[in-house]
Amino acid sequence: MIALLKRDLALAVRAGGGFGLGLAFFLIVTILVPFGVGPDSGVLEIIAPGILWVGALLACLLSLDRIFALDFEDGSLDLLATAPIPLEGVVAMKAVAHWLTTGLPLVLAAPVLGTLLHLPLPAYVWLMASLAIGTPALSMIGAFGAALTVGLKRGGLLLSLLVLPLYVPTLIFGAETVKRGAEGLATGTPALMLAGITLASCALLPFAAAGALRVNLR
Amino acid sequence: MVLRVSDLACARGGVPVLEGVSFELTPGQALFLRGPNGIGKTTLLRTVAGLQPALAGQVEAAPDAIAYAAHADGLKATLSVCENLTFWSQIFGGPGIEGALDAFNLRDLADRQAQNLSAGQKRRLGLARLLVTGRPVWMLDEPTVSLDRASVTLFAEAVQAHLANGGAALIATHIDLGFDAAVLDLSPFKARPETAVDHFDEAFL
Repeated sequence: MIALLKRDLALAVRAGGGFGLGLAFFLIVTILVPFGVGPDSGVLEIIAPGILWVGALLACLLSLDRIFALDFEDGSLDLLATAPIPLEGVVAMKAVAHWLTTGLPLVLAAPVLGTLLHLPLPAYVWLMASLAIGTPALSMIGAFGAALTVGLKRGGLLLSLLVLPLYVPTLIFGAETVKRGAEGLATGTPALMLAGITLASCALLPFAAAGALRVNLR
Repeated sequence: MVLRVSDLACARGGVPVLEGVSFELTPGQALFLRGPNGIGKTTLLRTVAGLQPALAGQVEAAPDAIAYAAHADGLKATLSVCENLTFWSQIFGGPGIEGALDAFNLRDLADRQAQNLSAGQKRRLGLARLLVTGRPVWMLDEPTVSLDRASVTLFAEAVQAHLANGGAALIATHIDLGFDAAVLDLSPFKARPETAVDHFDEAFL
């Protein structure tokens, strides 16, 4: 399974692998927002947590349809399904690879982009923490959505429609954590809820996604 | 006996295509599947490989015995020949890639990216993958497509070496590979129209 993770990471950083796509999108969104709403730091301070979280979420969404579609098209998915590693493990490794190439760069870039939006100083820790806790759930839920739509031509739209509602709780608790952090309030409850969503996704969704893949491979 | 298929019926897209297929593979034996286009050779192979459920009948094989090679080779365009093979070798935990490189004459191409290979070279790489799986039963779907005469000979030699080592092979092909093996013509097993009713859906009508 480590071999699968290594291969996916190698594929992501090579030509046409799509590494940096999500990060570039995140960058563009957060740079454009101040132009759109104006440079008033008071307004930006208020909307910064929400904008940063929405930007991160959409950036994650951007590369989801590649998780299984490429392997499906070139036949690797059939071969992986008959390989000795369980399909649940394949799904989990694919989600981990997606997080490492999309989620982790977002976590690391977020503080830099936070300054563009006048994010209050105490919120930086919580911005990084909430993204670090929350983005694995985005990758895992996304892998489930990608597994559901794997055989469909141009399944990207359907994938977005399926996945976005599932992303809403993560978005609410993630942005709430940052907002409370900015206002100096207790962040324990939303952060724990966020962690709960991530853990539940990682525990349950590999099995659901593997089931969906088996159906789609028939 | 490494693989026994008894009274198997399989469907493609909800339509039954084959029924009553029975055969056995013993170590060292190869079986050629023949039949016209659309008779269900690929469907049969996918069913036996466990990629889709059978409508009826049984497939008995040791767990993790089957290495399946489909029409698509499962190659990654931006990985080199070596990297592609090493990946599958690690996934299957089989033997190293040296033997496979030699058997399919890929050593000179080892560092070339798969996207720069010709169709025949890609096919050879896809077939070399079977050697690194270390599995006893090879299931091959039209393995000689886009191979030249010399490569077909290489492939036939690889299959014969595999059989000599106690392996078995189930090969859907139309051409003569140059060695003798049992032939199973699938035409008599074409599903009868009256069995073409999906009883699952019928229960809801």
